[in-house]
Amino acid sequence: MKNLSISRRTLLAGTAATGALSLTGFPARAEVQWKKYAGTKLEVILAKGPRGDNLQKYIKEFTELTGIQVESEQIPEQQQRQKAVIELASGKPSFDVIHLSYHVQKRQFEKGGWLADMSGYMKDPNLTAPDLVESDFSAAGLQYAKNDKGQMLSLPWSVDYFILYYNKELFQKKGVAVPKTFDEMVVAAEKLTDAKEGTFGFVGRGLRNANMTLWTNFFLNYGGEFLDGKGGILTDGPEAIEATKLYQTLLTKVAPPGVAGFNWMESMASFTQGRSAMWIDGVGWAPPLEDPAASRIVGKVGYTVVPAGPKGQFSATYGDGLGIAAASKNKEAAYLLCQWAVSKTQGARLLQAGGGVPFRNSVLNDPEIQKGVKMPPEWLKSVIDSAKISKLGLPVIIPVAEFRDLVGAAITSTLAGADPAAELKKAHEQFRPILERSEKA
Amino acid sequence: MKVAAEVIPAAAATDLAPGKEWRPPSYWPFVVPALVVVLAVIVFPWVFTIWMSLNQWKVGSPTTFVGLANYMRLPNDPRFVEAVGHTILYTALSVLLPLIFGTFAAVVFHAKFAGRGFLRGVFIMPMMATPVAIALVWTMMFHPQLGVLNYLLSLVGLPPQLWVFHPGTVIPSLVLVETWQWTPLVMLIVLGGLAAIPTEPYESAQIDGAGAWQMFRYITLPLITPFLFIAGMIRMIDAVKSFDIIFAITQGGPGSASETINLYLYSVAFIYYDLGYGSAIAVIFFLLIVALAAVMLHLRQRTMWTEIGSGA
Repeated sequence: MKNLSISRRTLLAGTAATGALSLTGFPARAEVQWKKYAGTKLEVILAKGPRGDNLQKYIKEFTELTGIQVESEQIPEQQQRQKAVIELASGKPSFDVIHLSYHVQKRQFEKGGWLADMSGYMKDPNLTAPDLVESDFSAAGLQYAKNDKGQMLSLPWSVDYFILYYNKELFQKKGVAVPKTFDEMVVAAEKLTDAKEGTFGFVGRGLRNANMTLWTNFFLNYGGEFLDGKGGILTDGPEAIEATKLYQTLLTKVAPPGVAGFNWMESMASFTQGRSAMWIDGVGWAPPLEDPAASRIVGKVGYTVVPAGPKGQFSATYGDGLGIAAASKNKEAAYLLCQWAVSKTQGARLLQAGGGVPFRNSVLNDPEIQKGVKMPPEWLKSVIDSAKISKLGLPVIIPVAEFRDLVGAAITSTLAGADPAAELKKAHEQFRPILERSEKA
Repeated sequence: MKVAAEVIPAAAATDLAPGKEWRPPSYWPFVVPALVVVLAVIVFPWVFTIWMSLNQWKVGSPTTFVGLANYMRLPNDPRFVEAVGHTILYTALSVLLPLIFGTFAAVVFHAKFAGRGFLRGVFIMPMMATPVAIALVWTMMFHPQLGVLNYLLSLVGLPPQLWVFHPGTVIPSLVLVETWQWTPLVMLIVLGGLAAIPTEPYESAQIDGAGAWQMFRYITLPLITPFLFIAGMIRMIDAVKSFDIIFAITQGGPGSASETINLYLYSVAFIYYDLGYGSAIAVIFFLLIVALAAVMLHLRQRTMWTEIGSGA
């Protein structure tokens, strides 16, 4: 962890080099006025996790660079979301910079008008380093960060692609090839299941709400779209029914018992114990899988993209970003912090530790940075390949939580034998009025 | 002390003296601080909750007065209706089972035997642990593949169970945790009751040739009934608003099979940010608890009368 290939010295050298370039008469570009807001104090509210750790670990460098003091706190995701929303709605948030989950909060934050527009700052050479340009962010990142009017309301920080983790040892033992399609995946999972030995072909989230992030991988690959042109929800159509049938087959026939109550943690436990051969989940779990203290399958894990469905191959994508509270009095200083957090240096550190995947292509595709990645090369390949087939994993609506709870509960109940079509229909009868109410408000 | 004793009558005398201008009674300065606190901490939140329940109040959107619309939504909300059913089942089981086991344990620990004090101490240990910590330990024990419970079942030749991971067994499994944790409380209360029973009735019963079960059924049980009611009431109020154990173990799942009113209320208010609807649920939930407590009190009073009647 400590042996990072990009050090503070290289960062400073780089900054100095850019400065030197401008002196030598290259196109007259203004230099970022890093020190302009020296002495300002910023408050940052972070969701607990590797992104927050990465920011806090190196925050002294930012203070050295800018003279801005940063107070940051990490709060567990769910509580952080609650606190942020309640404070933002009050109009007097206690923080300047907020770490937001796009897949849950994007629409809600836009509708509340809680985030400051960064578009102007990004065009201002006094505030923005020349390498930070919109086109460097992946399409999904821009889709998340921009509102309907094309304003940048946040800087995309870290993306979470869903990938297929598999246990190479179990695959070899049963002579099974890595599946490329859903059909192959079901066949492989059946061959890999040996209930007597207590090993199963597939594991994944069955718990209501959490399970939606897995299910949407199936839904998208069966050709599903979340919303029609008018904002109506489509997740009870034929694609959804097919996706649910696949989900039901995998989680009842070839998955460990009790999977209906599994979140990522229980799924990971089953996978790291060598009890399950395949697991589809977020790309960020590689570090614990490769940690000898937490895993029995170190060095035996294969990483690849989610198999293709009959109508395409997508990786359901989620992500988080950094925004500035519209009510903040230190917006420019806050912007400098956001910019530093998504900078190439910080992004490289995040990627190299396996703690997250930057949305910036210049980080992901830099061979020097790739060399420093601590995770297996296959992992990095699965990340890069997933980026090419990435598609937003949840509908961009306000009541995301209700959607995940209601449809998630319907899908979980199919694991106890309920009929997919009937359950989805019932859930959507409950959800549609909620969605309508939220759009009207 | 002396000074105060002299001053107060003097002040009272001036207050009561006729012909003088009216002055506020001197006790107000002493009452007002407490009154302010009560109004701010108890009355205001209640009035405000009721006010919120009459509005469409979503965090991030403007609020509009909607009258009783939030309450009208309740009977048509399948999740709420199911949550009421889950709450009643969960409460009934987690009152009854600790009462039965607690009474049994109390009778056992009331008898004199070597090491009784130590074993009593061991027995009440679950009560002292933090519910969330307990919940995490039980979650691991419930694990269908890696948990110790299924291992224990396999030792006696029983098939493995899914415990909290199946909609059909989730509530009984959660009640198991509640029972494990709160049986000691019932035992402590009933032990107190047992200690208060005089020995004479037992002696005369023995002379009359009554067996152990008969003595328990016709002497012990009637005499400890008031204590059982108190234990039952405490358990009921605790169980009906139980949150920590359910939330930490299942979060209301699988699906919504163990979602009680309290959990649903939490989701509506703090995850969906629908404060108006959440407040309506809170009001109804509160009324439900009050109604249950009233029923229990009424029953208790009735049994007390019959007891005195039969005892006389």
